[in-house]
Amino acid sequence: MPKNASRALPSRRSMLSGAAALAAVPAFSALQASASSGHDQHSGNGTATGSGTSRAGDPPSAVGTGVSHAGHAGFAGGSVLPERAGIDPTAILRDFDRGKTSTLPDGRTLREWDIVAVDKDFEIAPGVTFAGWSYNGRIPGPTLWAREGDALRINFTNAGAHPHTMHFHGIHRAEMDGTPGIGAGSIAPGQSFTYEFDATPFGTHLYHCHQSPLAPHIAKGLYGGFIIEPKEGRPKADDEMVMVMNGYNTDGGDDNEFYSVNGLPFHFMDFPVQVKQNALVRIHLINVLEYDPINSFHVHGNFFHYYPTGTMLTPSEYTDTISQVQGQRGIVELRFPYPGKYMFHAHKTEFAELGWMGFFEVGAS
Amino acid sequence: MSLDEKTAGAQAAELHRRPPVPRWLLGLGPLVLIAILLGLFSLLNAPGLAQLSEGVPPKEEVAVEDVRLTPGQIEITVRNEGPDPVAIAQVNISDYYAPFTQTRETMAPLESTTLTISYHWVDGDPYEVALVTSLGGKITAEIDAAALSPERGSSFFSLMALLGIYVGVIPVALGMLWMPFVRRSPGSWIRILLGVTIGLLGFLAIDATLEGMDVVAENGAFGGTLVVFLGALLAYLALEGIDAWMRRHQDLSIAGLPAALPPQRLALLIAIGIGLHNLGEGLAIGSAYSVGSLALGATLIVGFAIHNTTEGLAIVTPLAKEPPSLGRLAVLGLIAGVPAIAGALIGATVYQPALSAFLLGVGAGAVAQVAIKLLPMMKDHAGRTFTPLTSAGIILGLAVMFATGLLVQA
Repeated sequence: MPKNASRALPSRRSMLSGAAALAAVPAFSALQASASSGHDQHSGNGTATGSGTSRAGDPPSAVGTGVSHAGHAGFAGGSVLPERAGIDPTAILRDFDRGKTSTLPDGRTLREWDIVAVDKDFEIAPGVTFAGWSYNGRIPGPTLWAREGDALRINFTNAGAHPHTMHFHGIHRAEMDGTPGIGAGSIAPGQSFTYEFDATPFGTHLYHCHQSPLAPHIAKGLYGGFIIEPKEGRPKADDEMVMVMNGYNTDGGDDNEFYSVNGLPFHFMDFPVQVKQNALVRIHLINVLEYDPINSFHVHGNFFHYYPTGTMLTPSEYTDTISQVQGQRGIVELRFPYPGKYMFHAHKTEFAELGWMGFFEVGAS
Repeated sequence: MSLDEKTAGAQAAELHRRPPVPRWLLGLGPLVLIAILLGLFSLLNAPGLAQLSEGVPPKEEVAVEDVRLTPGQIEITVRNEGPDPVAIAQVNISDYYAPFTQTRETMAPLESTTLTISYHWVDGDPYEVALVTSLGGKITAEIDAAALSPERGSSFFSLMALLGIYVGVIPVALGMLWMPFVRRSPGSWIRILLGVTIGLLGFLAIDATLEGMDVVAENGAFGGTLVVFLGALLAYLALEGIDAWMRRHQDLSIAGLPAALPPQRLALLIAIGIGLHNLGEGLAIGSAYSVGSLALGATLIVGFAIHNTTEGLAIVTPLAKEPPSLGRLAVLGLIAGVPAIAGALIGATVYQPALSAFLLGVGAGAVAQVAIKLLPMMKDHAGRTFTPLTSAGIILGLAVMFATGLLVQA
């Protein structure tokens, strides 16, 4: 990746200014105006000047961010805007749902969540609709956060068209496992069930639907992060975030057409993850990718400490690339010593160029 | 409803007095009624049948018609051959989402769109292009080895015209040089030669049919392989009709003409048939070359030329007993050969598989019709069409075409 290419990307603010940014991107405008324009428009790999194909007067039917990725992979016209897509990966980053808390007679904290499985369409790439299944209308589902030893109560309602479950990774009784045929088993459409268990062990975990056939029940979007903080806590991080690595199989084949972090391909190319220079950044990294055996995470211009599954307080590795199989997860901790923009992506370039790539933008402290 | 009854009654009464309704109105009436009913039916969105389509996901059936590679770009033309509209939302070239523009965002059934994709392809590399639809479906097109598609400029067109002359005009003219030999040959030899002609026409009919079916094998828009047979049938019937029409006029002037066609007209028919065939052949060559799937080396050109030389022989054989003027021979040669030029030009400019297949079918039907017309000419003094000699001639014709056809296995 040419490092200087990042400078060609407009700032976040200019991207949001809509039409002005769009006018500079012939690739996108041509895509929009193509129905009437014939053969004569060429996007020129996103590097062309926009003078000939300005679309300032066009209706604001923005699909993508309108950003061209000179020298990078990306959709013509940039990633889908979060409000249009129905997924906001940037918001998901730091959205830890701590639930409704109360104190039990024994002094422990009780956390309660209402989770509803709903079928929902998402526009995951410009013009491409994905008929998803989601927890609470988002992919990935809410990141549930608890402290080790808390009592947890998850009120699950299935408002989808198929039976679903919530299967948590953790230590709990069999009937709370969200496995069909055990305990409440499959929760039929319109039915509800409350999963109750204690938060243990501490670490970075996940939950997902365990209804068969498993692959579609997971890959259509029924998954989310499940974070259990150690009782004594971890060293204070300046910035804590969750990244769920996923994919989308849109044609029902045996592979994914799109890959992403936090649900929206190429989102972090256009809206870099904003971090501060020298700040301790803690990333709960979770791989829920289906159809491909291994996913990976690589960061440019930096190294990180890696805590597999987050179940120990000492890192196992100091590296710039780790791999995870399905359901594997861990904690990435790093500080960016220099300001600027640094890519992060799957080091499997196929995944990267099909959506799983983005930027950290390090602001000077 | 009493008003309707009254008018209906009045009309019935009037029928007795007035002259009958004109015939054309009777023919048109049901048509108008059908149109109104169909309009209402679709306007009301199929009343009562709405649930038939409920929950049935749209069908996305798209055929790739053309792939062209220019520096830094790949142009792909696809056609919607399914019943529902299809929109191409993203283009994925070997696992890379490439920027692109297209001429039509949503293709209604039978509509096409041409995508211009920015991609710095590498010479000789294979690519898999996946067009991702708005519903996430994938339409794939294979590029076996990327190579620059020929530019469609004036030099390209003159090249195509030259190609048409090489494979069409010159071989046919060369074949006609057998004319003196045919003239001096005895009757039994003529019958063998007629057999050879029938054999090679039969071969051409089969060959063109198979080629036409091959062209639309993966393209169901416009009926797929059906167009080949329709084309063949159309050509056959059209030539038969023209033949009968010409004969009727002649019958009025000259009485007592034998049932067999006069040789001059038979030669003309053969020339037309071969011309139609060469149109299809030129089309196939032109399109194959322009999409880069055919490297036209000297061997291949020579192959086509030898293959088509026999067509000249076919034209002159029926003329054994009535030698025509040189000018007339030249005209016959041009009728048979020039369509190859037109075919090459059309094929290289507007590649449309269904059209190519249709024209190949037309050629097949035309040569088949001519072959059948030639059959009575083989009759010997005892009135037998098939004798050991004529059968051997037909087999020889098939064999020659098969052997020379091996030279053009592209």
